[in-house]
Amino acid sequence: MIRSHVLICGGTGCTSSGSAKLQTILEQELAARGLTEEIKIVKTGCFGLCEHGPVMIVYPDGTFYSRVQPEDIAEIVEEHLLKGRVVTRLAYTDTGDGEAKTDELPSLSDTAFYRSQQRIALRNCGVINPEVIDEYIAMDGYKALGKVLTEMTPAEVIDVITKSGLRGRGGAGFPTGRKWAFAAATPGEIKYVCCNADEGDPGAFMDRSVLEGDPHAVIEAMTIAGYAIGAHQGYVYVRAEYPIAIERLRIAIAQAKEYGLLGKNIFGSGFDFDLDLRFGAGAFVCGEETALMTSIEGQRGEPRPRPPFPAVKGLFGKPTVLNNVETYANIPLIINNGVEWFNSIGTETSKGTKVFALVGKVNNTGLVEVPMGTPLRTIIEEIGGGIPNGKKFKAAQTGGPSGGCIPAHLIDTPIDYENLLAIGSMMGSGGLIVMDEDTCMVDIAKFFLEFTVDESCGKCTACRIGTKRLLQILDKITSGNGTMEDLDTLEELAAHIKTTALCGLGQTAPNPILSTLRYFKDEYIAHIVDKRCPAGVCKALLSYVIDAEKCKGCTACARKCPVNAISGSVKNPHVIDTAKCIKCGACVETCRFDAIYKK
Amino acid sequence: METKMVNIKINNVAVQVPAGSTILEAARSVGIDIPTLCYLKDLNPIGACRLCVCEVRGARSLVTACVYPVNEGMEVFTNTPAVRKSRKTTLELIISNHRRECLTCSRSQNCELQKFAKDYGVDDWKFASDELLPDVEDSSPHLIRDNSKCILCRRCVAACKNMQNISVIGAIDRGFDTHIGCAFDEKLANVACIDCGQCINVCPTGALREKSSLDDVRAALADPDKHVVVGTAPSVRAALGEDFGMAIGTNVEGKMVAALRRLGFDGVFDVDTAADVTIMEEGTELLHRLENGGALPLITSCSPGWIRFCEYFYPEFIPNLSSCKSPQQMFGALMKTYYAEKMGIPVEKLYVVTVMPCTAKKYEIGREDQQAVKGFDDVDATITTRELAEFIKDAGLRYTELPDETFDPAFGIASGAGHIFGASGGVMEAALRTVSEIVTGKALEKLEFHEVRGIEGVKEAEYDLAGTVVKVAVVSGTANARKLLDAIKAGEKQYHFVEIMACPGGCVNGGGQPIQPASVRNFVDLRAERAKALYSEDGAMSLRKSHENPIVKELYDEYLEKPGSHKAHGILHTSYTARKSVFGDAK
Repeated sequence: MIRSHVLICGGTGCTSSGSAKLQTILEQELAARGLTEEIKIVKTGCFGLCEHGPVMIVYPDGTFYSRVQPEDIAEIVEEHLLKGRVVTRLAYTDTGDGEAKTDELPSLSDTAFYRSQQRIALRNCGVINPEVIDEYIAMDGYKALGKVLTEMTPAEVIDVITKSGLRGRGGAGFPTGRKWAFAAATPGEIKYVCCNADEGDPGAFMDRSVLEGDPHAVIEAMTIAGYAIGAHQGYVYVRAEYPIAIERLRIAIAQAKEYGLLGKNIFGSGFDFDLDLRFGAGAFVCGEETALMTSIEGQRGEPRPRPPFPAVKGLFGKPTVLNNVETYANIPLIINNGVEWFNSIGTETSKGTKVFALVGKVNNTGLVEVPMGTPLRTIIEEIGGGIPNGKKFKAAQTGGPSGGCIPAHLIDTPIDYENLLAIGSMMGSGGLIVMDEDTCMVDIAKFFLEFTVDESCGKCTACRIGTKRLLQILDKITSGNGTMEDLDTLEELAAHIKTTALCGLGQTAPNPILSTLRYFKDEYIAHIVDKRCPAGVCKALLSYVIDAEKCKGCTACARKCPVNAISGSVKNPHVIDTAKCIKCGACVETCRFDAIYKK
Repeated sequence: METKMVNIKINNVAVQVPAGSTILEAARSVGIDIPTLCYLKDLNPIGACRLCVCEVRGARSLVTACVYPVNEGMEVFTNTPAVRKSRKTTLELIISNHRRECLTCSRSQNCELQKFAKDYGVDDWKFASDELLPDVEDSSPHLIRDNSKCILCRRCVAACKNMQNISVIGAIDRGFDTHIGCAFDEKLANVACIDCGQCINVCPTGALREKSSLDDVRAALADPDKHVVVGTAPSVRAALGEDFGMAIGTNVEGKMVAALRRLGFDGVFDVDTAADVTIMEEGTELLHRLENGGALPLITSCSPGWIRFCEYFYPEFIPNLSSCKSPQQMFGALMKTYYAEKMGIPVEKLYVVTVMPCTAKKYEIGREDQQAVKGFDDVDATITTRELAEFIKDAGLRYTELPDETFDPAFGIASGAGHIFGASGGVMEAALRTVSEIVTGKALEKLEFHEVRGIEGVKEAEYDLAGTVVKVAVVSGTANARKLLDAIKAGEKQYHFVEIMACPGGCVNGGGQPIQPASVRNFVDLRAERAKALYSEDGAMSLRKSHENPIVKELYDEYLEKPGSHKAHGILHTSYTARKSVFGDAK
């Protein structure tokens, strides 16, 4: 009889930090102690707290072990699984991995990281083994599909989704029900349902985690969408760089087919639906819906003009519904729990929850899901545990390279689609990058623009050439050669690209510049007028100086300098030749007297 | 069926336009031009250049007129400050990445980018631009691509892919590094390019042009030892006038002849005469195959682009190809043999030039098995209609003021049948006129075979020739050729005789013809207008059958004996070979 379950995270983050090895060792340890029949290991999807990975959780008591190393396994097995004593040094607490007494261990849902979260899209991530369909079914999986196919008409399904207020989680927030209704209303024998799993924002991994942790949720939802619009074939367009997600999807599709939940005559309803995978080669633009479909068609992944919209003329010229992974993950619960339930979560215009990949200068990087309307402060300070090293929060970037920077004074903004747009950012797919005071906002704008310049498909003029010209101006400013006229050109050209580019990638590419110009113009001016980078990031505008008072003449810095820019005799203050200095900072790290500083 | 109309407002003026029109078409129908660079009707509706932006009331941002459909009640503004500013900025961005050598560019004053830049007052560029160096690919015999002048409108890609279904060029790399090229940046000469030159015809700038042979021709003309003759293809006269501002579809045969004579050619001849010879040979071949169970359908071989297409993509049809050389090559072969002997000119002193609507002819003159006199190419140099226009301008000839003259009589009489070779269906009709009369032994009452005329890509007809039903098909454009050949292969279609031309509409729309900007191409059917010039010339003639051409009769009587003779085969026929691209089998 099984008396205990050990859930090990098998998401990409924890896999990278060694969870697969932990599982192997755990299996060996259990076998060595003859516990194989008593303790069951479950490899799950992402728990969310990637910062503290690899993580595992022991049930029934719910002890959450973080940053588990291979050498810790024997102790966990011996102490906890055999003797019932929690290994407190590994147990997660709000304050990190400090020593905690057993009776003070908070239950996981009471920790600051989880307390304000509401896991709907991520409901099964970290809970079930995504490679076992029975576990999904045990969590009410495929119940919604059964209900839809046996009790509801397609129009009723669309009506529920429409009334639920669910909006696209991929970025633009288009009402999902309306999208389905358009495709349903377009006549056609052949229609398609597609899933956008081409997650490409730097630092974002929401969709990957859902696919890795709960692939059946997406399959079930796509089948429901197929029934709603009259499609019998679906495609999941997933990046080839997501091998674990692809593997779990493959397993899930095979199991669903085996169970008759995909294929012919599902639930005996007469409805047929099949699903195939298509792999993206990593081009960011293929996350744009028309480019994605062009790519599935075997063409170079480039967007096409709309109209016609995909609901009218999409994949292979047929009416098509395309939703993002997270959007689909919400569908079964909406069907099961009803419109009122979903309406009760979130704000007036943005219903439900949103998953964010919380990264950057924040203590608890990871995956979080919060109700729409949760203030940014809650996410960063409470769930994220604040900024490391006592630094000050400066800004947060939502929406990835298409979004904007939210400055510190707007940290109490409740996050929903409209609010983010109003403050010059956007929801995007859910990347949330936290920046501290050491971040140069001009440099950040440049970083995101470099990304879009690199990822522009090159089809339309505005994006292909326009973003490159924007980047050249930013380069000019960060290298100390900018003029105030450059700021006008930046704004003008940014506005041009926004209104003229062919697709969402180009239209939103200037956002990082526009939002940093809006909130941090003084930093731009400091670069241009004072030839100074206030955050001390832009190398061309920095110089390293030795404080003659503090310098003991130990010669350590001179010996470390890779370009021999430091001169001086023993026991006498040294000086840096700024003309030679490459600003690598090696001298600062070497100096034991804090005599070298950036100016 | 009555066209459904919708009511819209353009610049506050209420208008009715057909439902389904784009804003571009609607505006044009009420006399408003909207600038476009990437858009080509039916071929390239990709909305990429963003020059045609307009304001539509209620729209979130600017819309692209070229692809945006009108709908009831729509209010469009084509000329607001925001629109003008956006277009100007787009032009400035394009120009910032365009090698600006307008003064010396082959397309100067005929460049769509240059025109719009002037229209929108782009007299300076505020954006940084890198010093662009020429980026030239000239591996093929017919074409030069200079990507430093390419604006990535993709019209060439659309011509290659959507018009011709060849797809040997496409966008390579992405973002700012995007450029047009063959897969893996392979050289054009190594891929299955058929040299049709349709990409050149649609290029808005000087990024694509034919490889000029004018210097060779000029050198020959300047050489006192050389006897230089020139022959012009049927459709050159139907289009040359366009480069001198004349209306599309004007037949300028007389002035063309006068110009060539003034350029110094020792003999100004008509390749249409060779077209009549082609009919004699090909007609005979058809009858022979019909009577002796030869490979059917017999497929014409006048178009070197089509021949290349067949050799690359459908080598299984090589036995079906007529063994006849093309009219150009027959012209050259007869010059080097019959004419040289008759005139007593040593073949090494004879220099044969042709003027063709075609870039593939530049490839054809260098093909194997095209030397009637061993060691001497049948044709020494071929220039396009465009090059001839340049030649005339450069010589200071005031073209429109030239008198109308006639070809030199030695090889300058052609039948109407020879003239219509230039239009799709022309070879078929010319052949039918002759073959019918040979088979029935009676003069045709009506010479027009309307079923094979017109701009449709695939035309089919059946004719009763003295009790034998002959099924024919006429195809132009290799995309259509593909469809037809696939249908034949699948056994869905059976024909006796098929005419295939590589370019849509036939030679009148060849890759060497005068370039018309998109603002014309999108609204005028060049194929139909130019073809009219040829059909009306034919209709006005009394000599309308190849076999009645006195020069042709004399040629066979004096020299070749009879069509299909051993001697005719040695001079006028050729062979074909299956080809592979560097990527392997192109099929």
